[in-house]
Amino acid sequence: MEDREIAIDVKNLEISYRCLKSFSIRKSLFQLKKSKVEVYEAVRDVSFQVPKGEIMGMVGRNGSGKSTMLRAIAGIIAPDSGTIDLHGHNVSLMSIGVGFQKKLSGRENILLSGMLLGFSEKQVRDKMDEIIKFAELGRFIDMPVKTYSSGMYSKLAFSITAVLESDIMLIDEVLSVGDAKFKKKSYRKMKELISNKNRTVVIVSHSSETLRKLCTTLMWLHNGKIRMLGKTDEVLEAYEKFMN
Amino acid sequence: MKFFNDIKKYWSYTVRSAKAELKSEVASSYLSWLWWILDPLLFMMVYTFIAVIVFEKGGKYFPIFVFIGLTMWNFFNTVVLGSVKIVKNNSATVSKVYIPKFILVIKKMMVNGFKMAISFVLVFILMGIYRVPVSYHILYIFPVLVVMMLVVFGISNLMLHFGVFVEDLRNVMTVVMRLCFYMSGIFYSISERVPEPYNRIMLQLNPAAFLIDSARQSLIYSAAPGRKVLLLWGAAGLILSVLSIKLVYKYENSYVKVI
Repeated sequence: MEDREIAIDVKNLEISYRCLKSFSIRKSLFQLKKSKVEVYEAVRDVSFQVPKGEIMGMVGRNGSGKSTMLRAIAGIIAPDSGTIDLHGHNVSLMSIGVGFQKKLSGRENILLSGMLLGFSEKQVRDKMDEIIKFAELGRFIDMPVKTYSSGMYSKLAFSITAVLESDIMLIDEVLSVGDAKFKKKSYRKMKELISNKNRTVVIVSHSSETLRKLCTTLMWLHNGKIRMLGKTDEVLEAYEKFMN
Repeated sequence: MKFFNDIKKYWSYTVRSAKAELKSEVASSYLSWLWWILDPLLFMMVYTFIAVIVFEKGGKYFPIFVFIGLTMWNFFNTVVLGSVKIVKNNSATVSKVYIPKFILVIKKMMVNGFKMAISFVLVFILMGIYRVPVSYHILYIFPVLVVMMLVVFGISNLMLHFGVFVEDLRNVMTVVMRLCFYMSGIFYSISERVPEPYNRIMLQLNPAAFLIDSARQSLIYSAAPGRKVLLLWGAAGLILSVLSIKLVYKYENSYVKVI
């Protein structure tokens, strides 16, 4: 493992949600006493590396910093200190309720989301049919997204990120999307994506079964720190013992 | 510079999403694109009525005078006010993928710029109907619009940034913009109706008033706008834009933590 190329390099990452609470002018006028600044450290001094082609799982209780970490790796939120180096790989975050513009049709949202993920208009158009087919939305694809059911919404979101492949995929609890049939299908697609040697994947999931089947290594986050990092089975065993 | 790289990188996205927004606006209302014409036209009638009938103070080519004012004011007002909550309104996108936040402002400017362009076509039609004599001064409209874009972009970026952290900025800005509306001489002529030293101060210190007045000078009065002031506002807009871009770049990845 030592001589493998590194895809995600996280060093001393620290992210806190501090004094960034928005304030209102009215409140600050009438509250002469300054309200206490709440500091919430979501990720504390975490360092790790993910080699290229690795599939890493991430477990931890709610609020242990998993999603924050994924968002930081995806470049959506800035670390307070520390660095994240992706060595020039492009990255996409797959999470429940991907940002669609509700007034626009599914087709237009595919185009816009794809372009935001860094693909050209032509690339997205070439893959358009595949995405639509995979999402199984039928005639709904040309209707505004606000008319979609939550299942359809997630299916479309999953399809976009699954078909438009990026080097690093961050998956935030989306493997339980849609009905039983779609679940199976998306699971198969995940496996297929993951089997690519050049793709690096980080999966956040609460399902031990999924993690055991898909991941090679597992990281256990606890209160923003790495509690354990190692082979899936070992970490999972310790984690399950802890949770019970 | 990072800014120009990002503009290049996200240009096609911006254009696409502006087009999509215009399209969905058309699709979701009965009179669809007719509103882009009707809205300023109807308001022009309202203000012309108030000025001419109620206050008995019109002026030469008064409907066109009001129409130019409204056209430019609408752009200014919608973009600046709309930028206050722009990050929150786009939270779906912003919290899922990285996007330089000023791209959202540029998109808004494109959408409203398109509407303004349609409105300007109407201005020219009205000018034809009223047989307004034109001269080469009409070309001044281009630098005037460029300066307006710079000023609006700079102010909107500031709104975008502070709108994230200050929750009731929107309320404050609504009042400020209303005041600005009455101070900008949309339906009256500042230089004629306001007594001496004040009118010059109002015209030169309020960019909306100055730019609207300049557009009127060049389009319907065949005169050159105050070139020195125009240049100064252009410089001010440019500096404001550069500073505000720096500000947004510095803090944009903290926005998601707040919304």
